[in-house]
Amino acid sequence: MSSETILHGHTAGEAVHTHDDHADHGHHHEESFLTKYIFSQDHKMIAKQFLITGIIWAIIGGLFSVLFRLQLGYPDMSFPVLEDIFGRWAKGGRISNEFYYALVTMHGTILVFFVLTAGLSGTFANLLIPLQIGARDMASGFLNMLSYWFFFLASVVMFASLFIQTGPAAGGWTIYPPLSALGQASEGSKLGMDFWLISMALFIVSSLLGGLNYISTILNLRTKGMSMTRMPLTMWAIFFTAVLGVLSFPVLLSGAVLLLFDRNLGTSFYLSEIVVKGEILPNEGGSAILFQHLFWFLGHPEVYIILLPAMGMVSEIMSVNSRKPIFGYLAMVGSLFAITILAFLVWAHHMFVTGLNPFLGAFFVLLTLLIAVPSAIKVFNWLTTLWRGNIRLTPAMLFAIGFVSLFISGGLTGIFLGNSTLDIHLHDTYFVVAHFHIVMGVASFFGMFAGVYHWFPKMYSRYLNNTMAYIHFWVTLVGAYLIFWPMHYQGLAGLPRRYTDFSNWQSFNQFAGMNKFISTVAMIVFAVQLLFVFNFFYSIFKGRKVKSQNPWGSNTLEWTTPITPGHGNWPGEIPEVHRWAYDYGKDGREFIPQVEPVGADESKH
Amino acid sequence: MMIDVLSDQKRKIHPHKFTLWVAIGSILMMFAGLTSAFIVKRSQANWLMLEIPVIFWYSTAAILFSSVAIQLSLKALKQRNMLGYRRWLVITAVLGIIFLVLQIIGFIQFGDQEIKLIGAGSNASYSFLLAISGLHGLHVLGGVITLIVIAIRAVSISNRNYSSVPLEIAATYWHFVDALWIYLFIFFNWMK
Repeated sequence: MSSETILHGHTAGEAVHTHDDHADHGHHHEESFLTKYIFSQDHKMIAKQFLITGIIWAIIGGLFSVLFRLQLGYPDMSFPVLEDIFGRWAKGGRISNEFYYALVTMHGTILVFFVLTAGLSGTFANLLIPLQIGARDMASGFLNMLSYWFFFLASVVMFASLFIQTGPAAGGWTIYPPLSALGQASEGSKLGMDFWLISMALFIVSSLLGGLNYISTILNLRTKGMSMTRMPLTMWAIFFTAVLGVLSFPVLLSGAVLLLFDRNLGTSFYLSEIVVKGEILPNEGGSAILFQHLFWFLGHPEVYIILLPAMGMVSEIMSVNSRKPIFGYLAMVGSLFAITILAFLVWAHHMFVTGLNPFLGAFFVLLTLLIAVPSAIKVFNWLTTLWRGNIRLTPAMLFAIGFVSLFISGGLTGIFLGNSTLDIHLHDTYFVVAHFHIVMGVASFFGMFAGVYHWFPKMYSRYLNNTMAYIHFWVTLVGAYLIFWPMHYQGLAGLPRRYTDFSNWQSFNQFAGMNKFISTVAMIVFAVQLLFVFNFFYSIFKGRKVKSQNPWGSNTLEWTTPITPGHGNWPGEIPEVHRWAYDYGKDGREFIPQVEPVGADESKH
Repeated sequence: MMIDVLSDQKRKIHPHKFTLWVAIGSILMMFAGLTSAFIVKRSQANWLMLEIPVIFWYSTAAILFSSVAIQLSLKALKQRNMLGYRRWLVITAVLGIIFLVLQIIGFIQFGDQEIKLIGAGSNASYSFLLAISGLHGLHVLGGVITLIVIAIRAVSISNRNYSSVPLEIAATYWHFVDALWIYLFIFFNWMK
């Protein structure tokens, strides 16, 4: 029965793609609660599922950072409440070393994969692709649903790993062997590591199913007139994100499969001549560097999988709210393309000091520094889009501008770290932590917030509360700089990552006050994120209702749908597109939607 | 307008077929990762030369013939020769199963020669052979299951759908896993 419904769903989906005489299709299905909210094949519902799951993960991942910042900021204090909650993990009210490592590892894993990959591109690719290219739904609604449910399964496994006796994975989110391969090496390398690998395998399947769908939808289901160069930049960014994911996640999978072999079948892919606690292991001839190559071949593109969707949304939101066309549309597309290519060629800059051949390092330095070129093009174009714009400082716009600020500050430190010689001093210090948190973590979060504030009216037909939004923005922006700016100084002074307590080091004692300051700010910023979460859920039910079909005065197709679009998006025919998405402030008009035919006095775009 | 739509339809590849091609690219990246790991590992110390048993030649022949069989099945379907379509479809699935069985026998034979694939004393070269062929085998297994599902649909009376698209997609995938094995087989024999 179920397979028949699926089949029916498919044929209906295919019929829709023929563009004509399906005016009566959509939002008249009899839908039960189960098919509408749980096993939905509607891309808009799947987007909401990704977003809300992502929000839940973000709260967990953020809370973990508050916990370990508590340890770093107040190493000499004890918090009995922690022992009440975490038991032996926080004996005497102090976070144990094992617990600290588990928290750091899960914070990284959760935020990189579950929030900023699934929560960010999962949400906005699903929501925006069909709406912005003019399609009824994804190429395969069923695969799309599977993509969410694999993510959900991955989430369940990862969440379960938090509760096992030996704790979750604790070898860092990069799970380098031999530590991650040997259960006897640490608590976190026991069952927690297996859960981590299984969860990630499910997560990879989810991303691949999603990515396949995004690519084939964007390339095949664009409405009449929507040529590739008329697409909004969000579509280009999501397209390149999907390409990156589809080509790099399988490599992580092969690395993870070999790691599973080493863990459970006694092979020696990564293990070689090791003595653990006096026991000589039989493994010989393995290479730990091999894992790093396989891991970072995904790991580096992953950075751009996180960042590109944010870039795309920022470009779109910035143009809409500056009431100006995006500056250098083709340069924006070209730089996205260049970043996509370079993303595959720079992975070894994560390995400068792990035993990589220094001669090879020289090439990776060059390729890494080349990324500055497309990045600078993008920054230049964002700034010139703002230049003399008629700027409306909506919450979405503020977050978009904040993104550019963070991208510049975080990007500049990337030039330091891209040099293999400087890396000898800076590797594994707080300088690295500051760099990637600003440029990839906070910046992408800003892109995501911008997207949520901008498209919330499309998702829930209501607005988010503006006052809470402005508090959210300013505290988060100032807080992010107050947290991560000082870390640059700590890193330059050599303060290493992954240490639970610096009070025993004469040379690092001086940072006690600074660490306390950072931790305090981190807690305030976390509290403000909870304010956003409150705003989000409150506004779903009680927010100001959207009255106008096109509240932002935007050109793109999603604002030609009804205020609350049904399954199928447009009640009548899918609109035809006649121009690009960025005709703002043209011929004395504030904006000209994409569906408006090109007038006799205009040149074609 | 109508002609416009039709020519548009003809020019465009079916979205599910396109999705499959992207998926093939993705699977290729996985095996590219594995085989380049093999090359990196091979250049390091303590590498045993692989001895590929003869039985792998037979399994290679089986999967090669299965590709021919699925092509004949597709041809029969397009000519509305339903009997031939079902017959060749079943033959393809059986050849696929034979391939998998021969692969498994091949790996059991290593045990007889006292070559350890896993566990203490195993060498990464043979572990690689097992891991890579095993992952390929899983992809073949997925193909076999797909073929069986299509075959069950083909014999079910209630089904009056003569669309060749599902079989075309299955055939493309099947040729892909076949070509992938040929690549791996040449790779193992050449790189050892």
